[in-house]
Amino acid sequence: MTMDDHNPTPVGSFDNLPPITEADLHAYVDRQLGPARLAQVEQFLATRPDERERVRDWQEQNELLRGLLDPVQGEPLPLRLPLKPTAVVWPWRGLAAGVLIAAVSAGSAWSLRGAIDVDAARLALASSQGTSSATMASSDAGLTGFAQRAAIAHVVYSPDVRRPVEVGADQEQALVTWLTRRMGTAVRPPSLTSQGYELIGGRLLPGEKGPVAQFMYGSADGQRLTLYVTREVVGQDTAFKFGKDGPVNVFYWVEDHFGYAISAGADRDALMKVSEEVYRQRKPQ
Amino acid sequence: MRAQDEAEIVACIPSLRRYARGLVSDRERADDLVQDTLERAWARFSMWQRRGEIRAWMFGIMHNHFIDRLRAQRRRPEDSAGDDVPELAQRPTQADALEVRDLDRLLQRLPPEQREVLLLVGVEELSYQDVAVAVGVPVGTVMSRLSRARARLRAELQGAATSGSMSTRIQRVK
Repeated sequence: MTMDDHNPTPVGSFDNLPPITEADLHAYVDRQLGPARLAQVEQFLATRPDERERVRDWQEQNELLRGLLDPVQGEPLPLRLPLKPTAVVWPWRGLAAGVLIAAVSAGSAWSLRGAIDVDAARLALASSQGTSSATMASSDAGLTGFAQRAAIAHVVYSPDVRRPVEVGADQEQALVTWLTRRMGTAVRPPSLTSQGYELIGGRLLPGEKGPVAQFMYGSADGQRLTLYVTREVVGQDTAFKFGKDGPVNVFYWVEDHFGYAISAGADRDALMKVSEEVYRQRKPQ
Repeated sequence: MRAQDEAEIVACIPSLRRYARGLVSDRERADDLVQDTLERAWARFSMWQRRGEIRAWMFGIMHNHFIDRLRAQRRRPEDSAGDDVPELAQRPTQADALEVRDLDRLLQRLPPEQREVLLLVGVEELSYQDVAVAVGVPVGTVMSRLSRARARLRAELQGAATSGSMSTRIQRVK
């Protein structure tokens, strides 16, 4: 006897009680019944030796399978199993190879550079800080530190058509609550509608010391823009800085120990306007 | 990532290995599956969001890797030619004592989606709801897979016990 998905076959019934189904018998074997139903099933089984036998056979199957497989739990763990997160968790780890290839081909030396000189990058960022936040520093040099991580995360996640974000904009309040809880501080996506970008949603990424928030926006013509917010930055506030990595232009700055980076394929002037808008909205008024 | 979260993931490893061994039988291939699952779990920990038991989340990751491997095997059938489970019929030493090897082979003969459900329910003792989430199907489908798996295994175990041979009675149910 088998069951259809939505039409469990009754195998017995009592007056005024929902009929016992095969699903109940499985749940009995697997100890997933509530007390009231359990009593009914026991009562049913007491009158049905054939069903009792079937249930006993299923119980025996569970015991046989555990007898077969339980010894595996006592084996020493093979060395190759990773028992903690890899020291630097790059956001593309575990992503489909196609996305990784896209990232590598997008900008020549990128992923290689990203993988080897994190410490050097952090030093470079620290030494480049110090200008006042009202002025605009201009250097088209390559990116370092969190700005570089932001650019990489942009390229990795933007082409993901099916699931570019973990939590969509349709659940904006849930997104804010979730990110705020995980980041340990209030994090709210700015509205960039005036710049022609609508919020698609957000995700958390592993940073160097803690979670980093990435908000994804899309324009009417399908361009993607990401805002990357991290609390990991130590040091002074900085001016707006501009940099690029492969096809990605990035504006970034540091304020109150928050690092902000805005990445897009859009040109520098357009990105500058977006950055000013984000800067303006960065704190609740 | 908090130390407690790390400890929770590590604590899942023995049962992940037990489950993987039930899925693919071969020790190395089972640990490949565990390794892939752990790497993904460490990288994607932020996606768990504490909705439900962490073990169920990790079984879900393993399910995805398992399905990927099955698909890859189907595309390259030569890879599965050296099947780990010998096709020779093993005679139980006694009529009523089933050899471990025989049970393993019966298990491996179940359709993969039934094997998953049978193991998650019967060995890992996940709730039907958690199994549904882990393998990405409605609870009703979990129940019908469980029903088919148990019916088929029961028939084969009975066949083994009475005829003394594993390969004789494979009763298909419906």
